Amino acid sequence: MKLKQLESLLGDLQQFSNPKIELEQYPTGPHIASRLLYTAENSFGDVSNKVVADFGCGCGTLGAAAALLGAEQVLAFDIDTESLELASENAEELELDINFVQCDIRNLVWRGQIVDTVVMNPPFGTRKKGADMDFLCVALQVASQAVYSLHKTSTRDHVRRAALRDFNASIAEVLCELQFDVPQLYKFHKKKEVSIAVDLWRFVPKRNQGNGL
Amino acid sequence: MRLLTHNMLSSNIKGVTNGFPLLIEVEKVIEKPVDFNPDFLKNMFLKVDWKALVDASRSLGYADLPEETPESSVIDSDDFLRKFHHALLELHLEEGALVCPETERKFPVTKGIPNMLLHEDEV
Repeated sequence: MKLKQLESLLGDLQQFSNPKIELEQYPTGPHIASRLLYTAENSFGDVSNKVVADFGCGCGTLGAAAALLGAEQVLAFDIDTESLELASENAEELELDINFVQCDIRNLVWRGQIVDTVVMNPPFGTRKKGADMDFLCVALQVASQAVYSLHKTSTRDHVRRAALRDFNASIAEVLCELQFDVPQLYKFHKKKEVSIAVDLWRFVPKRNQGNGL
Repeated sequence: MRLLTHNMLSSNIKGVTNGFPLLIEVEKVIEKPVDFNPDFLKNMFLKVDWKALVDASRSLGYADLPEETPESSVIDSDDFLRKFHHALLELHLEEGALVCPETERKFPVTKGIPNMLLHEDEV
């Protein structure tokens, strides 16, 4: 599938109608989502024929993109009931087969090395400090091959240090810098739309060392 | 919920030391056909917890998997792979619950989605 095709399919997905501020529910736009998965597949072979998990799936864009690019199984996790309903409607719309689990990523306990790749657009931790790092910590325990994630560019040094020193990553590299458009979803947003710089990261966990259990 | 998912999930209640595998309470099981991919299955065979899969598939009413962990040469058998495929990917717990083996706390499964959220005093 071509990048443009993927982006266009993702553009048709339903977004949140009543986003919840405490969960930092900003939708992952089709532009960013398609590039994240396209890079994971075409540069690193981390998607097709793999088991891919989408952490904090929201309306399910990243998980859908993984399924469209040929992931053998996709698991999508979210804490929020409405997000999971929306994500499963979106999956149905595209005739994709996705496994949903309702849980709080931060206290997920996981057995084994079945998941190859984790993709995620974590809460940036603006409202709840460190939320994105909590997600990253668990993702690096669950993934056996790679983790793709978005973090604010302003936190780049911190993310690298924590991943390598504390979260068992052997590689932490920024693949590119993207503009994340945050539309005016919440009342406290004064400007109509703001754009923040985010890094697309690829992390590789150290192999065969502890997997969370 | 597929048994693939069941093979990874563990009870995450504070204080529980051995929350895997979760027991299964069945209200409704459905089957959905999935494309047969031998290479994927051979890879999965090395990664699944066999006993958890066998017990779970029996809970769901499917008794064709051997009780003992098979020799690794078994993956060359088409007959075996098809049974493994069916148990791992085609059986779904649509309604029911996952039960913590230590505390018997139930995690409901509704419309195929397990709810692993904890109460405040369980975190």
